[in-house]
Amino acid sequence: MKQFLSFLRKEFHHVFRDRKTLLLLFGMPIIQIVLFGFALTNEIKNSKIVVCDYSKDDITQRITEKIAASKNFEIKQSVLGHKEIEQAFKSGDIKLAVIFPSAFQTDLEAGRRVQVQIIADASDPNTATTLTSYATNILRDFQQDMQPLQHAPMNISTTARMIYNPDLKGATNFVPGVMALVLMLICVLMTSASIVREKENGTMEVLLVSPMNPLLVIISKAIPYLLLSLVNLIIILLLSVYLLGLPVKGNVFLLFGESTLLIITALSLGLLISNSTSSQQTAMMISIMGLLLPTVMFTGFMFPLENMPKPLQIISNLVPSKWYYTIVKNIMIKGLGFSHVWKETLILAGMTVFLLLVSLQKFKIRLS
Amino acid sequence: MITREVVIKTDKLTKKFGDFIATNEISFEVYSGEIFGFLGANGAGKTTAIRMLCGLLTPTSGHATVAGFDIYKQTEKVKSNIGYMSQKFSLYEDLTPRENIKFYGGIYGLTDKEIKGKSDSLIHQLGLEMQADKLVGSLPLGWKQKLAFSVAIIHDPKIVFLDEPTGGVDPVTRRQFWDLIYDASEKGITSFVTTHYMDEAEYCNRISMMVDGVMKECDTPSILKEKYHTDSMDEVFFELARGAKRTAD
Amino acid sequence: MRTLRFLLQKEFRQIFRNTTILRMIIMVPIIQLLILPLAADYEIKNINVAIVDHDHSGMVQQLIGKISSSGYFHIADYNSSYDKTFTKFENDKADLILEIPQHFERNLVREDKQELFLAVNAINGIKATVGSSYLAGVIRDFNADLRLRYYPSLATANNPVIDVAPVNWYNPFLNYRFFMVPGILVVLVTMVGSYMCALNIVKEKEAGTIEQINVTPIKKFQFILGKLIPFWLIGIFVFSLGLWVIARFVYGIIPVGSILLLYSFLAVYLIALLGIGLLISTYSTTQQQAMSLAFFMVMIFMLMSGLFTPIDSMPGWAKWIAHASPVTYFIDVIRMVTLKGSGLTDIKNHFLIMGGFAVFFNGWAVLNYRKTS
Repeated sequence: MKQFLSFLRKEFHHVFRDRKTLLLLFGMPIIQIVLFGFALTNEIKNSKIVVCDYSKDDITQRITEKIAASKNFEIKQSVLGHKEIEQAFKSGDIKLAVIFPSAFQTDLEAGRRVQVQIIADASDPNTATTLTSYATNILRDFQQDMQPLQHAPMNISTTARMIYNPDLKGATNFVPGVMALVLMLICVLMTSASIVREKENGTMEVLLVSPMNPLLVIISKAIPYLLLSLVNLIIILLLSVYLLGLPVKGNVFLLFGESTLLIITALSLGLLISNSTSSQQTAMMISIMGLLLPTVMFTGFMFPLENMPKPLQIISNLVPSKWYYTIVKNIMIKGLGFSHVWKETLILAGMTVFLLLVSLQKFKIRLS
Repeated sequence: MITREVVIKTDKLTKKFGDFIATNEISFEVYSGEIFGFLGANGAGKTTAIRMLCGLLTPTSGHATVAGFDIYKQTEKVKSNIGYMSQKFSLYEDLTPRENIKFYGGIYGLTDKEIKGKSDSLIHQLGLEMQADKLVGSLPLGWKQKLAFSVAIIHDPKIVFLDEPTGGVDPVTRRQFWDLIYDASEKGITSFVTTHYMDEAEYCNRISMMVDGVMKECDTPSILKEKYHTDSMDEVFFELARGAKRTAD
Repeated sequence: MRTLRFLLQKEFRQIFRNTTILRMIIMVPIIQLLILPLAADYEIKNINVAIVDHDHSGMVQQLIGKISSSGYFHIADYNSSYDKTFTKFENDKADLILEIPQHFERNLVREDKQELFLAVNAINGIKATVGSSYLAGVIRDFNADLRLRYYPSLATANNPVIDVAPVNWYNPFLNYRFFMVPGILVVLVTMVGSYMCALNIVKEKEAGTIEQINVTPIKKFQFILGKLIPFWLIGIFVFSLGLWVIARFVYGIIPVGSILLLYSFLAVYLIALLGIGLLISTYSTTQQQAMSLAFFMVMIFMLMSGLFTPIDSMPGWAKWIAHASPVTYFIDVIRMVTLKGSGLTDIKNHFLIMGGFAVFFNGWAVLNYRKTS
């Protein structure tokens, strides 16, 4: 035990002596959670569009005003011809063009069908479809308002209730995801350099000849980072709740415990990477080049997992943050208890044990 | 091959790091072809002095010229005329000896023909034929250091600065290393050496002793021994270093 | 320039000798570019609907049939208890719950009016809005069909109609890959360039070789150029691999605009990016510091770049940050040039800003790299 403590003390010295890295480790999660918490949303608003009005009458004027009033749109300018529209699309100035044909009001009042053309810049298909449907809805509403009220028989109306997120805030979906992302990546990055650095410096030999149990050597590497991450976790949770306005409907202690589990899983992954590589450069390249994009995409907050092809859904199961994301949503937002997250918890715990065992195996191979 | 030509001249050279005075008004001269030993306990200010003379560190006050160039204004000129080998091994471990020679030769502006000739003769001289195309990282420390020295003087500089060049090397290799320094001296290259080994101090033409950032003595080993009434440099060192306040770092 | 030749020779030797890293900077982008775009699909489909039916009438069965045949929905559950069905929300098995009141069919015919209740899992706000409006649309259609069946005379009413004719330019089949592949390629090139470059000088610091370099008469700009050029070439190589091999043959993306223009922008972009890498390197003393800093920057650059979420929707201050990142501009340019065929005049501003970044970051890095302390 005494040996272990002195080991631990050495590891703490390593971590706390490097002030620059320490500052980064604390600064990074704070800045990222605030920045991404506010900035990331899959809503589409303030999109720049043009209205091209060949008719210039009362009705087109009124429709244009309705479009301008929507928070989704920002009318850039009124252009005249198709040529200018194409130019505006190419220079990326606008995302959508609404075109009224000439004699719009005259035709409409004469009872003829009139056609409004909506051109979308579909190089971004998501924005294109969303904006098209927003614009279509505005036109449809307008038309409904125009029609004289008449009693239609057999009216089915639908009342929708938004559960869990009545204000439809983007943060409700993104913040748990960003929490998962930040915690996981930072923990992996920190530990991945730890063991391999000793190899590079030649101090590994000293560790190997010591009478310490290899498992304890590995664990003592992770403990300072675990404590650091727990402090980070508290900061992240406080920011999420008080700054980003996320609720904690469930049990705070359960949330804290589950987060600790994710941290341990991530640290174990970092240790495994550190044990399997021969240089810090390789270890860190693997942990951030290999993990950054897959973690962003497979956690499930950016793109719905159920949309992905089956093989990718299977791959996503390997990403620890995916399970954590589900857990956080269930506890914080849905207010559910352990009985609803035990499966995810078990999977994370299983991953941790597996990663640690493989690490230990790799470490022992070096011993023999 | 020692001449009276002065190649290093310092005048009250001082470096402060905040309140800490690393070197305090040191003044001395080094002559061409000389092997000048620069001695002192750890933390006495040796490395700081060397780094100032090499243009790696700007002095706080005082003057110095190296190879006739001012170390404030003509650092790049200074750099063309010196070689440097630090206590931290400084060749690229992931390159072969031949590639390291080629790289440093090229940087110092040797022609391709000169580089070719140099690298062949160097490798032969060091007996590295078998290892010439293996990575430097796989060589034993002694060979690495001999190679590093040869690379440091590849451009025939006026002066070579050696900062504890023989740390961690066995006595035989150290002896071989000093042979290299003598060879260089024969060619007129001045060596400016810091060391902990007092037997190495005996190999120097003249030595200086730094204590707490101040230069206490600067003379030939035999005169110093006479002055302190002893026949070993160890005694001289103890005698001087006893008064030191700074502890080793 | 002879000095530069030797510097470059040395850098390339070191890069090519480290086969682990070399393999990684080529294989990781290829693999990720092959897999990740398939995962990037915002389209709302496969919405799971749970039905709580208190009526059990034929009309309800018709409605369910209509919903499941619309193509967007999958009937996840059919039950007559709301509380039981709600557990489907809790374990994410359902996105929508449609509750049909008792005597729905009877009352609709008798009273001409009935109300359906829709509960929406709104954690993902967009999915909630789009999903519920799709379902409302299906119900509306169903309603219209009913009316037509019960009151055929109403169909002939003549109202003025505004038709909407939507057209999708540049990507008529709304292929998400066309949008995502170029963007992801930019991020991958960015990672390769910045991480490699940031680590490089620090490695020399840790090994002590930088000291040796600093006592040589090498000029600062020569040393910096010697570090920049290899990674610049690697960046161009990785980009070309992605563009010509993966984007073209796997995803069928053939740039509409000028390739020369694209590569010119890439060239300037890489200079700016590597400048950032160098800057990080000059400020760090250990590889871990350099890597953490580089990672921090890349993560912010990537998530703020408009790659996944629209910049227009960000709050003002965040937009400002987004526009302070070179990645934002390159992602914009590559999408414009490959998909829309934008020309030099369209991306003139992007070019100028990127040039500014290149000068700024490299200038700063050169100033901050000191041979003398």
